[in-house]
Formats: sequence, structure tokens, C-alpha cells
Amino acid sequence: MATLTLEHVKKSFGETKVIHGVDIDVAEGEFIVIVGPSGCGKSTLLRMVAGLEGVSEGEIRIGGDRVNEKEPMARDIAMVFQNYALYPHMSVAENMGYGLKIAKTPKPEIATRVQEAAKLLQLEPYLKRRPRELSGGQRQRVAMGRAIVRRPAVFLFDEPLSNLDAKLRVQMRLEIKQLQRKLGVTALYVTHDQVEAMTLADRMIVMNAGVADQIGAPLDVYADPETAFVAGFIGSPPTNFLPASRFGGTEGEQLGIRPEHLSLVAPGEGRIAGRVISVEPLGAETLVHLRLEDGTDVTVRQEGGAEAPGEGMEAGLSWESAAEMRFDAEGRRMRGT
Amino acid sequence: MEKRVIFKGVWLPLLLIAPQMLITAVFFFYPAGQAVWQSLFIPDPFGLSMQYVGLGNFEYLLSDPYYRASFLTTAIFSTLVTLVSMGLALYLAVLADRLIKGSGTYRTLLIWPYAVAPAVAGVLWMFMFNTRVGVITWYLGQLGYDWNHVLNGTEAMGLVVIASAWGRISYNFLFFLAGLQSIPRSVIEAAAIDGAGFWTRFRTIVFPLLSPTTFFLLVVNIVYAFFETFGVIHTITAGGPQQSTTILVYKVYADGFVGQDLGSSAAQSVILLLVVGALTVLQFKYVERKVHY
Ligand SMILES: Nc1ncnc2c1ncn2[C@@H]1O[C@H](COP(=O)(O)OP(=O)(O)OP(=O)(O)O)[C@@H](O)[C@H]1O
Ligand SMILES: [Mg+2]
Repeated sequence: MATLTLEHVKKSFGETKVIHGVDIDVAEGEFIVIVGPSGCGKSTLLRMVAGLEGVSEGEIRIGGDRVNEKEPMARDIAMVFQNYALYPHMSVAENMGYGLKIAKTPKPEIATRVQEAAKLLQLEPYLKRRPRELSGGQRQRVAMGRAIVRRPAVFLFDEPLSNLDAKLRVQMRLEIKQLQRKLGVTALYVTHDQVEAMTLADRMIVMNAGVADQIGAPLDVYADPETAFVAGFIGSPPTNFLPASRFGGTEGEQLGIRPEHLSLVAPGEGRIAGRVISVEPLGAETLVHLRLEDGTDVTVRQEGGAEAPGEGMEAGLSWESAAEMRFDAEGRRMRGT
Repeated sequence: MEKRVIFKGVWLPLLLIAPQMLITAVFFFYPAGQAVWQSLFIPDPFGLSMQYVGLGNFEYLLSDPYYRASFLTTAIFSTLVTLVSMGLALYLAVLADRLIKGSGTYRTLLIWPYAVAPAVAGVLWMFMFNTRVGVITWYLGQLGYDWNHVLNGTEAMGLVVIASAWGRISYNFLFFLAGLQSIPRSVIEAAAIDGAGFWTRFRTIVFPLLSPTTFFLLVVNIVYAFFETFGVIHTITAGGPQQSTTILVYKVYADGFVGQDLGSSAAQSVILLLVVGALTVLQFKYVERKVHY
């Protein structure tokens, strides 16, 4: 258990700037999720914390100590990779005990700790198998086990669930969360899946092209996004954006409204009109997609029971002004007024 | 999933493998059969008639101290050639694998020796180590070392080993490099995070994962050392001094073509064939079982 601090951390590969200065303070035992689209620099940030990439500028501290110059092994961290990175020529038990063996831990103690971890992860029947004789979910658990056994101060996860099927992903997501709570280890978790981020995080960091756009508790970020990017990235279906000039704003400004805050009214009524292009009934809810006169597409989320208009029909849209989120031409949130 | 093409009938498949079968038959089965046949006879000095002696040639060979010495020479020679060429190749491949810039140039340069024919390579090395005009001999002389592989059997062995191994490094290097590059980076990184330094990683992760490549190269290199080094030995030492570099395949040539003892030469070929066959089977049986993971 330890705190983790990133201070003005920057990274460039040669001339290419990838991380433009990130600040984070992670408390002991906190679960932090870094979420963002592909290529925004999530993995790079995580790998800098792990010591697999050098830090171009800024400082990383684990438990208060500067670790910029330390080798990965000296940082007291464990990492779970996207492709698991298990040692293919070793058994499950050997995989989990490898770090301890290198640290010259006495054999009986290695055995006990591997046994403990295996029990926790329900891997006991597989200890003698090789990784290739395991299913994806089991491999994932072994990778977790390898991290747990060493009792590190910080867990790092780089999209650990993205190779699993949807059902297993949900199950493993819960297991990871429970495990982290049980062990109380500080965790930094990278994903591009916003649902994973929302469900796992104590606080999440939304990354956009090398910048941390917003850091906060998932529901706060959802309810009160700082930038148009965050508003569009977090939430499914995404926030609708309308040109603010039509509603008393200046040119370039945008109005963001979440699909659940829009409601359909009779044609000619409401604040704006559109034509229904498709309807997706999902059971508990129904998504109605409309195209406005200016060509913008918007999505309305209705209760599953509510009556939905047919495709091709005209409809009016209305919303409460309190639900509006205004963003300036650079995509930053405009408050007040 | 494995994808298979199924041919109907017998003739098309036969036709397709016919060229390969023909080449194998003409250049391997026919001469091998002839060697086995000839090994059972002793021809008269003029080659006009042959006398059947059964296993006489073999009995004579196995009790011949020169032949037994040649066995030992071959064992030493092929062990050294294999170790030197594979060791250096692995070392260079590890270096090249860590390179990010300029690895293409490095690789290309390292492949060049492979394009040099063994006999030509032999001549090159012979010139460099020539006892009177050799460059390296001269430098060694400056250092106070008197190099003379024409008289000194150990030095002669050293020279043919270097010359044979040199031509082989490129080939081994390419395979080792490909093997190294097929090890996922994240596995190495996981080991680094687990606390393994460069050497520990090499010993416990990289080398075991490379073992299929190593095994393959071991077989290929031993076969090479047994047979294809003929050109190098012939140009540099011609088996001398005092037979100190006469490996089995060279003795086949020396006794058969130079000494005209065709029966014995044929018997030697048969023994050589059996030895290499046995070695390969042994390797597959005992080493290969350990290399798969
Ligand atoms: N070694 C490198 N050399 C040069 N550029 C790199 C290197 N590694 C990453 N990059 C660049 O840095 C940017 C961020 O990469 P990174 O792997 O951190 O993205 P990511 O957010 O993890 O994306 P994904 O979700 O696809 O994994 C990308 O534009 C990538 O091209
Ligand atoms: Mg990534």
C-alpha cells in the first residue's frame, strides 16, 4: 500500500509529444481508472509509472519517494498486461512464484503464498498446468495471481479484460474490484471502455490526446463534464451536441444535452424539430435517433414503456434549461450565465 | 484451424512429389546403396575384380588406430565448431535484438559470410594465417607468438574450427534473431517487473523460450560440421599435420580417392551415415523432449 503521485509528467518519443503534462494524486488503497480513446497515451502513462518507459519531464513518486530513475523491479509495483504476458514454459505455480524465487524467498514461503493466491483466485486445480492449457479467463487470473503474490505497493493494469468475451469481462470486473478492496492495494487501471471505468473507479481520469481532461468520481464526471470531449466520451449513448448559436450563444459554442434529458413532443412544439431515422427498443429503454433540419443527429432515451414515434415521422424536442451544458469553441465548459 | 487440401486419387500426388523423390533417389539412395554394396568387397589393385569379404572392411576399420583417432578428431572438431558458431551467433543476435536504429545494416553485414563458399572461406583464412605472409601470423609474431599451423596440430585444429564456424555464424544468427524477436516484449517486461535483471531474464526466460531454435540449429550445425566442412579442411590443412585435422568425411576422401582403398572408403561412408543418423535420432529423442513448452 502506498500513495502514488504524478507531477507535470510529460513524455515525448523523439520529436513526438505524447503526454503533455499530467498531474495526479492517488491516495492509499484508491482505485484509479485512466480512460480514453485509442492512442491518447494511457498505456504510455502507465508504463512510465511501471518504469518501462523513461519520464521525459516531471516527477513520479511512489509512497513519497521519487522513482523516475529506479528500475521497474525497485519500484514495488506489479503489472497485469493486456495479453497477460505469462511465461509460457512455466507452470501456473512457477509463473506466480517467479518474482519471489528471484527475490530468493525461502521455498516453503513461496509455496504458501502461491497457495494462498491460488485459493483466492480459484486456481488451485490448475497449479501444475502450463498457460497454454488454460482458458482466457483462467490466464487472466494467473496474471492477477502473479501480481498478488508479490504483495506490491501499487497494482498497474493495462486493459486486462479486453481479450475476454463480454460476459466474462463483467464477471472479472467484479472480481478485480473485490480483490483490490480485500487487499487494499493502490491500483491504477487503464481502459478504453467507459463502462469499465465507471464501475471500477473510485476516481477516474479522462485522457484526451495526452492531456488529463478531467479527474473525479465517475458520477461527478458524468453529471458535470469539464470539456465537450469528456461529455461525449463518458456516457452511452453519448451526449448530443447542438450548435449554441441557435439558442442565444455565439458562433462556435456548443450545447451538450444527455439523451435522457431530451423528450419527444408533438411536431411543431418543443424547442427544435427533427425527423425520426431509427428506433432501437432495448427493453428497459428505447433509443430514438432523429435528424434535425441542419443535418445534426441526436439521440433521445425513453423509458421502455413510453410510446415511441415510427420511423420517418416528424417530432419536436424539448428539454429543461438546467440540463444544458455549454462549451466554448475550444470545448471547455462555460459555467454560469 | 488447419487448412487442408485433399487430392483425389494417387497419380497427381505422386506426380507432385516425383521431382523431389527423383533427386533424392539419384543423389542419395543410389550412392548410399552403392556404398553399402561396395563396403562388402575389396577390389584388386587394378580395379578389375572385386572380392567379397563380408564385414571384413568394417572389422579392419574398427581395429585401425588411425580410424579411431579420426573419430575423436571429428568429435572434438564438430563440438567446437557447433559451440563457437552457435555461441557467437547467439551473442550477436542478442546485441542486434537490443538495437533499434541501424539493425538493418548490422543484420545485412552479418549475413555476408554466408554467401562465401566454404572452400573460398578456407583460402581466405589460410592466407590470413599463412605461416610466412599471413597478416594475423605477423601480428601474432609481433606479440611474441610463433604461429605455425602447418607443424602444430592444435593450431591447425583451431584454424579449421574458426574458419568453419565463421561461415556458419550468419546462418545461426538469422535464426537466433528471428527466435528472439518472436518472444513477446511484454513477457520480458513482466520478468523485469518481477525483479529479474538482464542475465536472470536471459537464463530463465529468453534462453528457454529460444530452445526450439537452439535445438534445430544444434542438429543442423552438427550435420554441417560432419560433412560440409570438407572444403575448409581440404584447402587449409588437407587433414594434416599428422592427421590432426582428418575428420571422418575427410578420411573417406583421403582413403578412397587418394589412397584408392575403395572398399574401406565405402565402409567409412556407411559408418559416417550411421553415426549422423544415430546422433540425430538421439537428439530428437532426448533433447527435443525438453524443448517444447
Ligand atoms: N515507442 C514509441 N515510439 C513512438 N511513438 C510511440 C511509442 N509508443 C507509443 N507511441 C505513440 O504514443 C501515442 C500513445 O500511445 P499509447 O500506447 O500510450 O496509447 P493508448 O492510449 O494506450 O492506446 P490504446 O488504447 O490503443 O492502447 C500513440 O500515438 C503512439 O503512436
Ligand atoms: Mg494501450
